[in-house]
Amino acid sequence: MTGLASAFFAILRRDLMLAFRHRGELANPLLFFLIIVTLYPLGVSPDPELLRRIAPGVIWIAALLAALFSLENLFRSDFDDGSLEQMLLSPQPLPVLVIAKVLAHWLVSGLPMLLLAPLLALLLDMPAKAAWALETTLAIGTPLLSLIGAIGVALTVGLKRGGILLTLLILPLYIPVLIFATNAVTAASAGMPVEGQLYFLAALLVLALTLAPAAVAAALRISMS
Amino acid sequence: MSDAPLRAINLECIRGDRLLFSGLSLHLSPGQLLQAEGANGAGKTSLLRVLAGLSRPAEGEVHWRGQDIQSNRAAYFSEMVYMGHAPGLKVELSPLENLKVSSALRAGTADEARIEDTLARVGLRGFEDVPARGLSAGQKQRTALCRLLLNPVLLWILDEPFTALDVHGIALVRELLEAHLANGGMALMTSHHALEVRGDCRSLNLS
Repeated sequence: MTGLASAFFAILRRDLMLAFRHRGELANPLLFFLIIVTLYPLGVSPDPELLRRIAPGVIWIAALLAALFSLENLFRSDFDDGSLEQMLLSPQPLPVLVIAKVLAHWLVSGLPMLLLAPLLALLLDMPAKAAWALETTLAIGTPLLSLIGAIGVALTVGLKRGGILLTLLILPLYIPVLIFATNAVTAASAGMPVEGQLYFLAALLVLALTLAPAAVAAALRISMS
Repeated sequence: MSDAPLRAINLECIRGDRLLFSGLSLHLSPGQLLQAEGANGAGKTSLLRVLAGLSRPAEGEVHWRGQDIQSNRAAYFSEMVYMGHAPGLKVELSPLENLKVSSALRAGTADEARIEDTLARVGLRGFEDVPARGLSAGQKQRTALCRLLLNPVLLWILDEPFTALDVHGIALVRELLEAHLANGGMALMTSHHALEVRGDCRSLNLS
């Protein structure tokens, strides 16, 4: 067990260290997220009434796209420099190592979005109740996006240009997350209960946490052979 | 030779629509070195990847201590180190940081002092904290060699271990191999260099 834990933390630590040695790249998805959201008042309309209505969708779509773009590099450099081979040949269970990688990825891409979201909610004039719902859905939803996305990335990592294929593979799986999350935020701003949607998202997260690591591990083995 | 830990039975490997080899069987016992030879594209790397469990053969099985390696990965991987074409190093991290991760991925017992000793042994004293980006190809290869020494295992699978190494580096690998074989270790390798290693060496021609 200690061997497993030390392998888990070694991967987690390494990926966080790598992320902080590429600070520029670290900020990319976050900037992307910020830019999309701030362009809406400029491009669509500065009318607060309209912005309040479209805010949940705008923020969630921006978060989803930012997650999608940041994911592409999840296994890419490991694949190119041979680290992935070494990870696959570890006696430790691969799904656990995969969780470490996805967790590191979420900490540097999902968590900053979560911290930035309240500001964006203010920017789009969302009511406080809706802002809370937005935070909760992002807290449940962004790890979900990372886990689902990792499956697609693992399947396409062996391809030279897997970008479009990756999008086609995982976008349909992102749609339910988007629907339930934006629906929860919209309902919250109308003063309606949102437990149903949140429970559904939480159930999806539990499902993804249990199944996705094994699927990613299997996909990586296929991609490497 | 029924007690050979590593056995490959009737392997067949196909790349694209080209048959690389078929009906290939081999076995390897402690103290033996098997060197795969053949022209470029003969399937040396494919063979090693199949034997390392990285890819599946089109047909046939690889057994480790009597069990199929694909269904007993953890047992096999804890006794095997594979060194491929790519050194498997993160260029942003120093050799020391890289090897800490490698060691943790295996048994996880090597501490910092041991890693530094090992780096010194392969001639990288003073480079422990230099990001691997600043190392030459040969120095990266030497760093990768440390994996063989950090967590001693029975089987080494080496794909072109001499790539980018200078004369001393080649002599070093030969020394390491001889010591490994003398200690009852096993090794599988491919190389374009005619290499004379003392010990029980066989070669396998894929052409």
